[in-house]
Order: sequence, then structure tokens, then C-alpha cells
Amino acid sequence: MESPLASAEGSDASLTAIYRRMMLIRKMEERLGEIQKTGALPGPVHLYIGQEAVAAGFCAHLTDRDWIASTHRGHGHFLAKGGDPKLMAAELYGRVGGICKGKGGSMHVADFSKGIIGANGIVGGGISLTTGAALAAQLDGQGDVAVAFFGDGAANQGVMSEALNLGALWQLPLILVCENNGFSEFSPTDTVTAGSIAERAQPYGVPSLQIDGNDIKAVLQAADEAISRARAGNGPTLIEARTYRLRGHVEYEVTFLSKGYREQAEVDLWIGRDPITRTQGYLVEQGITPAEIESIETEIIAEVDAAFEFAENSAWPDTSAALEDIFA
Amino acid sequence: MARKRMIQAINEALFEEMERDRKVILFGEDVEISLFGDTKGLLDRFGPAQIRNTPISETVMTGAAVGAAAAGYRPVCHLMYGNFMYTGMDSIANQAAKLRYMTGGQIKLPIVYLAVVGGGRSAGAQHSDVLHPLFMNLGGVKVIAASTPADAKGLLKAAIRDDNPVIFFQTAGRGGDAGDVPGGDFTLPIGIGDIKQEGTDVSIIAIGSMVRLAMQAAQELQAQGISAEVVDPRSLVPLDEGLILKSVAKTGRAIVVDEARLTCSAASEIAAIIAEKGFASLTAPVRRVAVPDVGMPYSPVLEKVCLPQVTDIVRVANEVCGKKVAS
Repeated sequence: MESPLASAEGSDASLTAIYRRMMLIRKMEERLGEIQKTGALPGPVHLYIGQEAVAAGFCAHLTDRDWIASTHRGHGHFLAKGGDPKLMAAELYGRVGGICKGKGGSMHVADFSKGIIGANGIVGGGISLTTGAALAAQLDGQGDVAVAFFGDGAANQGVMSEALNLGALWQLPLILVCENNGFSEFSPTDTVTAGSIAERAQPYGVPSLQIDGNDIKAVLQAADEAISRARAGNGPTLIEARTYRLRGHVEYEVTFLSKGYREQAEVDLWIGRDPITRTQGYLVEQGITPAEIESIETEIIAEVDAAFEFAENSAWPDTSAALEDIFA
Repeated sequence: MARKRMIQAINEALFEEMERDRKVILFGEDVEISLFGDTKGLLDRFGPAQIRNTPISETVMTGAAVGAAAAGYRPVCHLMYGNFMYTGMDSIANQAAKLRYMTGGQIKLPIVYLAVVGGGRSAGAQHSDVLHPLFMNLGGVKVIAASTPADAKGLLKAAIRDDNPVIFFQTAGRGGDAGDVPGGDFTLPIGIGDIKQEGTDVSIIAIGSMVRLAMQAAQELQAQGISAEVVDPRSLVPLDEGLILKSVAKTGRAIVVDEARLTCSAASEIAAIIAEKGFASLTAPVRRVAVPDVGMPYSPVLEKVCLPQVTDIVRVANEVCGKKVAS
């Protein structure tokens, strides 16, 4: 089974499709940021803005049979793997039409039918789940893989070491993608993280590399190598994708933080490295016209409008649902 | 029906279920050598793909069970000692117990977590805990505490076939206990308790390892003129409330015996249920016999005073039946 993106890989159509996915993530999340200010969302949201190339680049190589697990900053991975924006929006509104019937919210968007084990509210929580999905994929013997997306914060959880060790011992089809976005919640990475994250794979004999996570071409290449290695039965890979969290840890954080934790100049520097803008540059190089790029944006905005219209029109769950879905 | 030891019954349950369904896989600490004997022979029969020793990495083990279950397998994850589950608690409490619910029922998670619990062997504070209260409070895992080889076999087979995370506790040091086990494909429904001995004066609701003690206490009480009914819930989630309340309605007196620490123990929960739903039938206060709120001490002298003893059950039974004994 091939994904629409993977089947067109290497062609101009492929990068356009990936760009569309990145733009969908960006526009969905910009809208979420606006809606959060109105109080329409019952719970917190952690936006992925600035990191879109990582999710879109890796998921371009995956099919519905492959597994991913994500983080509390999980909208991007959900959408990149083919999750429905309508169902995601309704979930964030806490409505019955949400992908989890309104029971999970932002931090738990999942769609197992698409191989999305889901976002996860526990930093590092998805790593062990993905390791198990990789074990299942290995036993199935169909060449499927499992990709764990996690942040630099999760790299400091013991489970990353546990997964590297187990993945190496069992040669699991596991790809560990650490999105180093510069912050563990509100702590700059270098204040809580010693040494190099990518190099932490070396003692286990696991191949690893650090890439520019804001460069879609670098992401696509690294993803291709790691996923091909896993599909061929040659074990896990750790990739540290250097990127930047353009938004805060959580929307609305300025209302409760006693002081700032980064300089605007640093944010501005990374705005200059925006993965969306850089991907637009690649598209222009491929001969896509500015008008075509603009029309993509227009189409995506219409899709986002439809998603939030669906969410707003979705009913609240029946209260009896609170005690359903506990046990199968 | 054949006479079997507890560990043999558990081993047979694993063999039979793995034979029946090749989606059942088993991994954990030293499962190849099998410290307790429960996984003995599985590697030779089913091979290294399905039977895997893991590193001592409880976080990834317990979580990998969730991921493998979500991806279509039926993992049995062997944690060795119950106390080691604390290290793997995130994956059990935050992932296994919640993933189905918080994703709106999208998936089934057929997982069995196996562990040995309980004291009495001078194993010390970090190898003697009885952990079922912790898991009863999670709200998304089933909890089994079997007291006989037959119950262990029937319930473990049912646990492996169950589409939910199930914690299956074995009692430390009791693997040699023998009992009659039905032949054939024998399973027991999870959530149905058992009257281990009928009686009329007092209900002794005993959990897991405590059933054996309750049976001994019932014998002594019989000699003293007190007819004790021994109720074995067999599983704590779901809990057979109906069986417990029916017994208490008959006897009017209840003692709950638990090898967990007293505060928020299963005994506390069962006592609360009896107080809420069976108050009218009580002729004496509900009593709990459990472990004081300490980590289990090493010295046998100290351990003995912490663990419930037959004499404790007999004494408390006499107290609640005081009027009857006096007459």
C-alpha cells in the first residue's frame, strides 16, 4: 500500500503535496491560536508552528500500515499522517464528532485506522508505544515500520535509552525522531540537556544523525534512509531534527508566566528559517508559480474553514458517554 | 480433573493459549530461564520471536505491550516482582489504562501484565508489596488475584483472551500449592467470585493469598462453634459485589482479609461497599485484617507481625461474633 505522497515521491507533484500538508498544519494551528483567545476551546493547545517540515517529511514516506506516535504537540503529526482536519477540530472542541468522540482533546488525537497511535500527554510516552508497534511490525514481517516523534525534552527521559537498547538488540523497525525545538516546556534545551542528543545512539550501535529539521529536503532524505533501513530489517535509527518552536509551550502562556524565557531576536532569527517559506523556495525552483502557491493557500484556508465549521456544528457528547469505552 | 501445582497450572494456561492463538506473545525479565517456573519450556516450544527475554527496562516493556496490543498482538508482559511494576507505572497507568478510553474506544488492548506479589519470605520491603489497590484505582485495567491452581488456570486463560489490559497477580512462594484443576479448555469468567466454604455466622472475604489463611481460620472457628463462610472475589476489577453482599446478607457479619497495606486497601473498598449497600443486614461492624502501613520488614519476627495470620482472623471473627459465642 502506498500513500498518495509516497507514490509521487521525487516528482514535483510530491513536493507540492508535502507542501500542502505543511500548509494545512500551519493554517489549522494559526486558526487554533486565534480560537484559543476566544475561549471556545475547553482545554490547552500546544502548537507545532515552525516544525511542520519534520512531520510532513517523515510521513511522506509512510503508509497507513506504518505506525506513528506523537507528543503533546501532536496536531502536526496527526495531520501529516493523514488524520482528518474536521475530526481533529471537533475533538479539540470537545464534541461528539471528534476523532476520539471528545474524550481525548488536543493531547490525545489519534486515528488507529491510519496508523496514528496518537498524541500523548506524557513526555516520552509515545516512545515505548512505538517500540511495541515496531515489535508487532517485525512479527508481521510485512516491512512495516514505526516512527516515534518526540521532543528534546523526551530525550532526557530514560525511556529513550531503553528504546535504543531494546530496538538495537531486537533490530526493530523503529525510527526515533527527536524534534529538538529549543525548549523543554519553558526551559531552553541547553540548560537541561547535556551533550548531543544524536550522539546518544552511538553506544548502542544505532545509526544516528542530526539534520536541519526546517529543510524539507534534508528531512525527506534522512527519513528515506532511516525508513528504508527499518523496512529492510536493519534496525532502528535516531534522528535529531534541529528546529524551533515559534510559538510558546502552550497558547496563552503569557497570561500566567511571571517572566519571559527567550529573546525576540532569537524568535526573529528562526522566523527567517521558516520551513514553509523555505519549501516555497524549493517549489519556485521547480517552476511552480507564485500564483499556484497562492492558490494552494486559498484552498487550504477553505479546508480549514470547513474543518472548524464542522467542529462548531458538532454536538456535545451525550453525558452517558462519560462511562463508555472504558473496557472493550 | 487432575491434581496440579499452582505454577504448573499457570504454565499450562500460557502453553495452551499460545498454542491456540499465535498472536499471543510473551516477553519479560528472564522469561527464558523462568525464575518462578511459570514460563518454563515456552521458548523451546514457541521460539525466540514469540518468547523474548527483555532488558530490565520496565518503562519500555510495559509500554511496548501497549503498542504491540494496539497493533494487533496479545502480549503477556512478565514483570517478575510486583514491586518492579512501579518502575513501569507510567506505561500502565497513563497508557494501558487510558489509551482506549481517551481515544474514544478506537482500539482494544489485550494485554496481560504478570507479576508475583506478597511477603512471608524475608524478601524485604522492595520485593514484598501486594499492589492490587494501586491498580484497582486506575479505572482502566482488570485485576485478578487467584487463590487456587484451578482459579489461576481458568482466570489466566480468560485474561489472555480478554480484550483489555489485565493485571494477573501470582502469590510469592505459593507456586507449590496443589489443587484439583479441571481438564480440557477450562476458563473462568473474570468478575465472578467463588464461595470457597459455606457458613452462616460470619463472612470472611479473603483476597488472593489470604484465602488459604481464611480456610484454615474457618476450620479453627468451626471447632469453636462459629460457622464461617469464606468468600473469594477472585478478581478485584471487576468485583463480584453481588456475591459479597449476598453472603453478608446471610451471615450479618463481615471480615475482609487483605495482604495489601490497610489504607485504601481492597479490604477498605470492600468494607465501604458493604457499609453502603449491605448496612441493613449487618449485626456487627465490618472489620478489616490487613498489613500495617509499612514497607515489609526483613526479620521473620517483624514480618510475621505485619502479615495477617490465621490467629488474627480467628480473633476478629470471635470479636464480631461476640454475642453469639457468649450465648
